[in-house]
Amino acid sequence: MSQLIIENLRFRDRGPYSFAIAGGECLGLQGASGAGKTLLLRAIVDLDPHQGSLRLDDLECDRMPAPQWRKKVSMLPAESCWWRDVVEDHFHDFNAIPQEHLARLGFGPEVAGWQVSRLSTGEKQRLAILRMLENRPQALLLDEPTASLDRANSNGVEQLLSEYGRTNNAPLLWVSHDPDQLDRVADRCLFMQVDGSLKPCGGI
Amino acid sequence: MGVKPLSAFDLSLAAGLVVALALCSWRLRLGLEKRMVISALRTTVQLLLIGQVLRVLFAHASFPFVFAISMVMLMVAGREVGARQHRRIKGFSGWLLGTGSMFVSSFAVAFFALAIVIANDPWYTPQYAIPLLGMLLGNTMNGIALSMDRLTESLWQQRRMVEQRLLLGQTSLEAIHELRQQAMRSGMIPIINSMAAAGLVSLPGMMTGQILGGSSPMDAVKYQILIMFLICAGTGFGVVTAITLTCRKLFDDRQRLRLEVLQKQ
Repeated sequence: MSQLIIENLRFRDRGPYSFAIAGGECLGLQGASGAGKTLLLRAIVDLDPHQGSLRLDDLECDRMPAPQWRKKVSMLPAESCWWRDVVEDHFHDFNAIPQEHLARLGFGPEVAGWQVSRLSTGEKQRLAILRMLENRPQALLLDEPTASLDRANSNGVEQLLSEYGRTNNAPLLWVSHDPDQLDRVADRCLFMQVDGSLKPCGGI
Repeated sequence: MGVKPLSAFDLSLAAGLVVALALCSWRLRLGLEKRMVISALRTTVQLLLIGQVLRVLFAHASFPFVFAISMVMLMVAGREVGARQHRRIKGFSGWLLGTGSMFVSSFAVAFFALAIVIANDPWYTPQYAIPLLGMLLGNTMNGIALSMDRLTESLWQQRRMVEQRLLLGQTSLEAIHELRQQAMRSGMIPIINSMAAAGLVSLPGMMTGQILGGSSPMDAVKYQILIMFLICAGTGFGVVTAITLTCRKLFDDRQRLRLEVLQKQ
């Protein structure tokens, strides 16, 4: 169920990329800075023009409105953006977020009323994960989800995201610079070379 | 009746004031003296030329002639809208967008005023049509240039925020909702303010001119009220059209933000 299939994906001068991530599987993606990992994620989420086919099972990206695709296949950018003053205004319904998810990421229910301008980078990042999961996405594209987090919070995020993937049978594409992290969360791993091409990582 | 004619000597007295200010700017190193003198010369030459054109036009009130003049005015205004934007949409479509919005709103409002409200015979009587269209175009041009500049600039600066909202599954219209509102407001607020201040703070130029020309103050006032309403409607609808079209241009059919359609000048 819910397999993410990327076929002959090309954008700019990159590609073709062809790979699939099964439901519940986590594919790690490593590579040098500037190799184009973020560009690949942006193309898959249909935020950049591209050619080739993107499918979630038999649902074709081009066959549905882009916003609908982006709700199903959600990308967590490396740095989150906030546009209103208060945290809860960025959510459809903050109260519907499971208490356990909040607690897992180190928050209590009072975070709903916090001013965005006073959040730290790490707090923003953890809240951005909750905000993304609120759409109940069927596949996750994670661009260095723990880059701005300390050890303890990193663990919470890893557990929450991995568990979300397993329980919802959702494919995960996890970009990280930390091989140890990918060892923990990823079932297999690809390495993006400087020219943008992908090869299997050694070791995993 | 009729206005007391001004001689070239009268005008040169007033020009002396500008020269004095230019000297002052030179002393204070404001660096504006050259631009000030050139602009003053341009005012003189351009207005003298348009005076000649209008004299001929008023003598031969033919529709093609009036139409041709109004097209020239539109083209110049369209160029000006593009020139006033820090980042404008590349190519012909960018020009067409601003000019087209101006054309639709200004010409529709001017036609409505001339044919239905003032109802001269013929409706395109140039003594009415040209000044009316000129005032409409001038104000619509300001509004559209201001609002488009505001939209493209704020979108450029807040592109990450807009893309974040797209990533969360918002449509392009939802993602730029506030930016769009602010842009439209910034285009309309100047005319709303000048309607509110009219008569109290400033006597509008057209009314002043009419009174100097010998019209009764009440006639002049009624025309000024008409003009204010027309300018408000023309600017407002022009701004709404221009911003709506610009927003559409800045996203593609897959609702991706396409900032590469903008070029910096």
